[in-house]
Formats: sequence, structure tokens, C-alpha cells
Amino acid sequence: MMNPAMRLAGDEQRAARAWDVLHTVLDPEVPALSVCDLGIVRDVVAHPDGVEVVLTPTYSGCPATEVIERSVIDAVNEAGLGPARVTLQRAPAWTTDWISESGKRKLREYGIAPPSGEAAVNQDRPIRLVPRHAIECPRQQEHRAPVGLRLHRVQVALPLRGLPRTLRILQAVVTL
Amino acid sequence: MTTPSIQVEQAPSVQYLLRLGDTALILAQRLGEWCGHAPVLEEDIALANIALDLIGQARAVLTRVGQLGGQGLHEDQLAFLRDERDYRNATIVELPNGPGRPGDFAFTVLRNAMMATWFRLMWERLRESSDSELAAIAGKALKEARYHQQHSADWAVRLGDGTDESARRMRAALDMLWRYSAELFESDDVDSWAAANGLGPRWDSLREPWLAEMREMLDEARLPMPADSAFRSTGKTGVHTEHMGYILSDMQYLQRAYPGGAW
Repeated sequence: MMNPAMRLAGDEQRAARAWDVLHTVLDPEVPALSVCDLGIVRDVVAHPDGVEVVLTPTYSGCPATEVIERSVIDAVNEAGLGPARVTLQRAPAWTTDWISESGKRKLREYGIAPPSGEAAVNQDRPIRLVPRHAIECPRQQEHRAPVGLRLHRVQVALPLRGLPRTLRILQAVVTL
Repeated sequence: MTTPSIQVEQAPSVQYLLRLGDTALILAQRLGEWCGHAPVLEEDIALANIALDLIGQARAVLTRVGQLGGQGLHEDQLAFLRDERDYRNATIVELPNGPGRPGDFAFTVLRNAMMATWFRLMWERLRESSDSELAAIAGKALKEARYHQQHSADWAVRLGDGTDESARRMRAALDMLWRYSAELFESDDVDSWAAANGLGPRWDSLREPWLAEMREMLDEARLPMPADSAFRSTGKTGVHTEHMGYILSDMQYLQRAYPGGAW
């Protein structure tokens, strides 16, 4: 019979291996990021009868949640660490602040401007009706200059490739 | 063959949560009608994403209804197998998206701003709910409602203080929608029970903060703050407008015609 200390070490090892496996499970919507980069894996616990992965959904209506759950369970099982199960934990709620530094870098390389690291959750009220900071375009290096567009009261920056059509449509509906 | 409808118990905890979940669900259904039709691509995506958040919130709340109620109902049974009179959403969300097909963007923007402000205030209070699951749902939903409010209030200002045409349409939307807001601040026995048991706030307690934020937004949009009206809608007690049946027939058709159908 395994002594408790050995079992504990074994549990830690299995949990650590499960973490390694989870680094290879990709977000189905942005497959440049793993579920770990995204920060939705909150805990991995090895139990005598399998491995429990605690996930926090990104958004209430995220249609990828069920796909991610399935991929996590399959990946852990295929690594021989299962049977895996997923527990969904709503609180504390996920924030873009949980995206790892490597996750932000991968997002930028993928062509998506990463969040600033100051999620809106820290403010009491929505920032609205005030000028906003220009958003840095992830493809800025490809342009000669960033494009700033004064949209009534809102300052935005748009990727150049989408600009002509976007401008035309915007002019039809808003005062520039 | 059709699936028999379910009736939901009248327990105040169940009714309180249904009012919240149904209001999110029916607004989401209305916003979904914009998919593929919004004036610009960015808005098409934004409206569909707001709808998706609301569906997620409704799913979580309806799941909680199933857990708290004695009938062991699943979220899908609650969404797809209840008849009109058992739906408890506030009437304002079931109104069509404004004149024309698929609706009027100004009307949609204004309703979204009114509802997102209401939801934000509601979720803030529900974070303190004695029901820890509801409090957890609220923690997530609050962040989403803040974005919805920011997005729709920005548009409300841009259109209200925009061209003659956009301002005219915003005023018309305000004229149509405002009277329906009264229902969002009416309280009854269900609210009293919820407040006494710490489940959630009485709806009337949200009125003052909501009015203050609306006033700020309307001022910025150069739109007049409408006067109170004696009109009271009654959707949250199950008495709906003529529009509700059409929404449910769209939404429920598949599960009614093909019971348990999945794909």
C-alpha cells in the first residue's frame, strides 16, 4: 500500500503533468492562445480517482465554454492522467487581467490588440461620454502612421485595410 | 405531436429570478433579430455579442431557478416549454425593435441604454445576494452590463446630438419607450419577499439611481427628460402585449415540434 507521503508527491506530480497538458489545449476562438494563457484554468487538483480541472468561463454566454470543457477532458485523459473532470467556478469572475504576458504577446502577433491590463472592473461606472485613449493598432508596424479618427466625441484608431469602407458607412450614419 | 407546456411554481424566489432571467432572455431574442441587418458591421457584431451575453446571463439564472424550485427543471425546459402567461419579463423588452424591418436603430440603442443601466444597477445589488450562486452570476454579469451601458449610451449621445434625422428618431424612440420604464421600478409581494430574505433588491429601490444616470445621458444627448406617465405595463406578472406570442413561437418552435431535438 502506498504511504500518504508518496501519494501526496504522486498527486503533485500528476497535477503538474496535467498543467503541462493544459498548456497545449487551445482556445477554439483564438487558437493562438492556450487555455492557460487565457487565464481560465484556475486550479488543477489530483484526486485518488482522477484529475479535477477548475475553469472560469470568460463570458456568461461564451459558446466556446462547452467545447473547451470537452477539449480539456480529452487532453487530460489522452495523457493518461484521467479520468478528468471539469468544475466551473463563476466567482471570482474572469477578467482580461488574467491573460498572461505570453498570452498578450501571442495576441499581438496574431493581430489582436491585447487588453491594457486595466480591466474596466476596477472602475465604479462605465467610462462614457468622454474622449477615450486611441487604441494601438496591432498592425501599426505595417502602416506609415497610426490612423486617428475623430468620431464625434470618441477617438478611435482603425486598421487601414478596413478604413475606406468603414468611413463611407460611418459618414452615412453619424456626424464626423 | 407537441410537447406539453410546463407550469412554474409561484414561490417568490422562483418568480423573482424568472423576472430577471426572462427579461434578459427576451431582450436577447429581440437583439438577435439585428444579426445580419445592423447599419454597420461593427454594430452587427456588437448587438449580437450583447445578445449573447444576455443569453448567457439568462441561462445561468434559469438554471438557478431549476435548482431552487422543487420541480427539478432544466434551463431548456424553462425557456422552451413555458407558455406566454408563465413568462415574467418586463414588457419593455418584448416590444419590437421599433418601426420597420428589422427595426429602428435609434429605438434599439435607446432601449439598450435604458436596460443596460437597469441591469447594471440590478447586478450591482445582486452581488450581495444571500444566494451565493446568484451573487457569483451577478459578479460576471455586472462587467458585461457595464460594457453594454457604455456602448449604448455612447450611441445614444451620438445620435441624440447628431443630425436632425438621428435626433428626430431618438426623440420618437424616447416617446415610445419611456412609459414602459415604469414597470422596471414597481415592487410587489415578490420584491418584498426577496428583499426581506436578502435574495435581491426591491425593483423600486433602483429608480432613483437609474433616473440620475438617464438624466445625465439624456442631457449629454440633448434629449428632453420625459415626464412620468400613469401608464403601467404588466409583463412581469405574466400579462404581455400582443408581440409576446410571436417571439415565443419563433423561439420555441423547434423544441415544441421536435421534443428534445438536439444538434
